[in-house]
Parts: sequence; structure tokens; C-alpha cells
Amino acid sequence: MSAPSPTQFRPTFPVERIREDFPILHQEVRGKPLVYLDNGATVQKPNAVIDATARYYRHDNANVHRGVHALSERATAAYNAARSTAQRFINADDHREIVFVRGTTEAINLVAQTWGKANVGPGDEIILTELEHHANIVPWQLLCEQTGAKLRVAPIDDRGDVILEVYAELFSERTRLVAVSHVSNALGTINPIRRMIETAHAHGVPVLVDGAQAAPHMRIDVQELDCDFYAFSGHKVYGPTGIGVLYGKAALLDAMPPYQGGGDMVRRVSFEGTDFAPIPYKFEAGTHNIAGAIGLGVALDYVNGIGLESIAAHEHRLLSYATEALADMNGLRIIGTAREKAGLLSFVIEGAHAHDIGTIMDVQGVAIRAGHHCAMPAMQRFGVAATARASFAAYNTLEEVDALVTGITKVREVFRL
Amino acid sequence: MMELRELYEELILDHNRNPRNYPRKPDGANHTAHGFNPLCGDEFTVHLHVKDGVVQDVGFEGAGCAISTASASLMTEAVKGKSVEQAESLFANVHKLLTDESEQDTTDPTELLGKLSVLIGVKEFPLRVKCATLAWHTMHAAIKDDEDTVTTE
Repeated sequence: MSAPSPTQFRPTFPVERIREDFPILHQEVRGKPLVYLDNGATVQKPNAVIDATARYYRHDNANVHRGVHALSERATAAYNAARSTAQRFINADDHREIVFVRGTTEAINLVAQTWGKANVGPGDEIILTELEHHANIVPWQLLCEQTGAKLRVAPIDDRGDVILEVYAELFSERTRLVAVSHVSNALGTINPIRRMIETAHAHGVPVLVDGAQAAPHMRIDVQELDCDFYAFSGHKVYGPTGIGVLYGKAALLDAMPPYQGGGDMVRRVSFEGTDFAPIPYKFEAGTHNIAGAIGLGVALDYVNGIGLESIAAHEHRLLSYATEALADMNGLRIIGTAREKAGLLSFVIEGAHAHDIGTIMDVQGVAIRAGHHCAMPAMQRFGVAATARASFAAYNTLEEVDALVTGITKVREVFRL
Repeated sequence: MMELRELYEELILDHNRNPRNYPRKPDGANHTAHGFNPLCGDEFTVHLHVKDGVVQDVGFEGAGCAISTASASLMTEAVKGKSVEQAESLFANVHKLLTDESEQDTTDPTELLGKLSVLIGVKEFPLRVKCATLAWHTMHAAIKDDEDTVTTE
């Protein structure tokens, strides 16, 4: 998706009104107004989400799918409605294809330990890319240790784009799965996943997409992408922590063994054996994060209310503005200059370590991330141990980008660069 | 910006820019430990040459932020020529300086620690305390380790 020209949305994007929806933004940190630019780690929550979660606990709290009393009916209805909201959010064909999980990490582990164990054997291969988050590396390594399978890694180039020619050559008759990020959390790269999925499907290989960084920034249509699994986290899309979504094509989910055993995932239990519940309940053992799911549904409605296209255009404008301001700075190197990028900017400054940058920013009230972003292989690719990262959300302003730039000037002052 | 000057003191900046005993593995090094801060990626190897209960020489390798690098450099200066007991006691004092929550202790840290007390600015930044103590923990591990587990040359 190409972003509209920055000016197109300038007069209409209501950033000041949006900021009013986020109580946490209106505070001082170390005596300075908070400038929150760590949205790649987690996004702040609007009043609508905070209130919905509190309202659920104040008025409707009960366990779902089991009581016959009024509260349980209300809780069940709200939980089911949240599933339908999530279904519409990614345009899944069927609400049964939406499994509530703790987050992207659990979604990927679920697929690795159920679909993976049933379909991956000794000598088989799983294709990843060099820019993956640890959450899309380690579950597959664990599966490889358990099954004797191997990882194949598609490299990235100096800009941070996956080298598609090499990716296409990694397929063999042993390839069982491709697991790839939609958007890189460390570099900002938007992967051409539609094309990557086509390539995989041409080899009869299913694809799991890690959408943790994509869901808050672009419209996702799992049917158009034709991905087999798609995972995202609630807390990165203005929702609560501890809730996320695993999308899987119904036929795949149906054929998969269950993940955890327990209540709510069964139809009939005896000591001789157990009949499992249909999807998605088969994968939702125990009492789930009901309040989280309800909060997530409200968050997705909130995002749709603003419009993902508008959010993407706004963030793109912030990114261009920041990239331009930083590009002129001596000794500053932007890590990740992919052709298509989502709203985040990773950088290093010669003579100042990322953690020192992070602390000096913090003293000025600017919250950024400093570290390896749980993507050590990607860091290694660029020969750095850590980067500083500013990442944008719908509520960020051009003035906050200015604060980032002022902050970097201060870093250079402290280190006399 | 008071806190910034307290944290990034001249001495810290100097030891970050020109770390002493770095990158260096002294001749006769017989105690080595590897320190890694997985949160940040700071990574140091500390080498000690201990003879007759005295740290004859010390050096370190690796990379980290200004705080961890400066602290490592200061550590090597501080323990060189000291007895193992003195080095361990310095480690304990630095650790206490950076992690002690009690305000009752009114002892001037410079009395105990000399220029190491420059590290006290880190206390205002709890997430950075691990950076400042990394090399010290590594030095402590190098000393502590039994002859059979520590790399001996």
C-alpha cells in the first residue's frame, strides 16, 4: 500500500482531538511534557478502552460459555462480539477462524506446537527472514529441536529489504512452512508479503504472518493476502496487554491438534477419552482474558473510527519529517531504509551508545526504545549491538518529532560530537 | 538538566572515550570471566592476573554504553595492585553505593571510594544500574571462580 501524499491529510487529521482520548499523554516526566515515541513496544490506550474494561468488571463480570445467569449471558455476548469485531478487522471469512491468545508470541507458539508438531518432521525445513523478531524465531527453533527440522533464513539487503530472489531459491520439497513478519519492529521494513505468500503457495507451502507491527498501521485483509495464519497483539493496536489474535484458515485449524487442555476446549470428557470442542474453542482452554478481549474489540472499533488509511498517512508524514530532519545530522546513521516503511525510525549515533541516547532522551521527557529490539540477528546484519528507535502512533505530532530532534542535539552536546 | 551532568560527568565521558586497560588481556592473566547484559547487549570479558593474593594486572575487552564502559575502565584502575580482599570489598562498596535504598547512611562516598563515587549519578536511573555494575560483577566472578572452572593459563 502506498501512502497518500503527506499534505493530503494535513488539514483533516484530527491529532489534537485524538490526543484528548489518551489520558496518559497529559503528564510530565522529569519535569518535561511526556513525548511518547515508544509505540513499537506498546501503544497507549484511549479512554474508550480503559472505560470498557472497567465497565466490564463493574457491571458484567462473569465466566463465559457456562453460566445460565444474566451476567454470564452478558459477558458471553460481549466476548463473542469482540471476536466478530476482530474478524471484521482483518476481514476473516468466519468468526471461527479467530482464536484469542495472549498475544503474537503465544499465537506463534501455538502454531509451532500444534500445526508444527503434526506437520514437521526430521529433515524438514522452515523458512524465516533475517529481520524476524525473536518471537518468530525461537518458537521455530524449539520445534526444530523437537522434530529434527531445520531453519532456512532469507537474507536482507543493506536497506533492510528481504532479497526476494534468494527467498524464492530457499524452497525445496522439504519446505513445510514460511514464517515472516509483515512489518519489521527493528527496521520498519514493510515486507511484500502478498508476493512472498504467492511464492510459497506456488510450492504448496503455507505461510504464517507475524503482524504485531502491522496491525496498528495498515489495513489487513487476510483473504486478499491469502495467508494461512496471521498473528497480532492487542496492546500494539491500542488495546489491553495479555490479549491477541491468531487467525487461521478454518480447514487448517480444524485439522490441528489442541494446544492446551482444560475446561472450555472440550465437548465431553471421560477417563477413557475426550472429545474436543470445535474451533476456535478447541484452542481456548481455561478461563480466557475476557476483559482483555472486550477491550481489544473496543480498541479495534476505535482504530476503525479514525480510519487505518488516515492513521497510516499521518504516521507516514511523521516518518518523512523525522527522516528528513535526521538525515542531515553528522555521524547519525538510520538503520533500515527499506523502500516501504512503517512509522518507525531506528538509528545509531557515532560516539554515543543507544542506551545513553535513551537516557538523555528520557531526561528530556522523550520516551524512545534503546536496545536490540528482540531482533538480534537483524542488528548483527547491520553490525550494531543496539539502536535507538522512535516509533509513531496516531496521537503523535510534528512538534513531538521536533522534541526528538532537539533531544538528539542534546545527546551530541553531552558527548561533544 | 541537572541529572544529566551528574550522570555524564567529565570523568565518565573521559573513561568512555579512552577506556584504560582496554582492549587488553594482560600477560599472565589467570582469571577470566565473561559478563553480558542481555537487556542492553553490553558485553565485557574481564581478565585478571592474580599472584600472591594481589591483582597484579587487569584488562577488559568487549563493548557497551558509556556508563558500562567507563565503569569497567574505572574498575580496572581501582583494583590494579590491590589485594583480592580489597578488590572484593571495593566491589561490595560500589554495589552498595548504586543499589542501597536507605537514606540514613550519611557517609561521604568519596571517603570510601575516591573517584569511583562518580558513579553515584547512575542511582537516579535505576534501569542503568546494571550497566554500571556489569564489569564489577564480572570482575567478582573472575576472582570467585574456583581454579578448575576459571580459565587458567
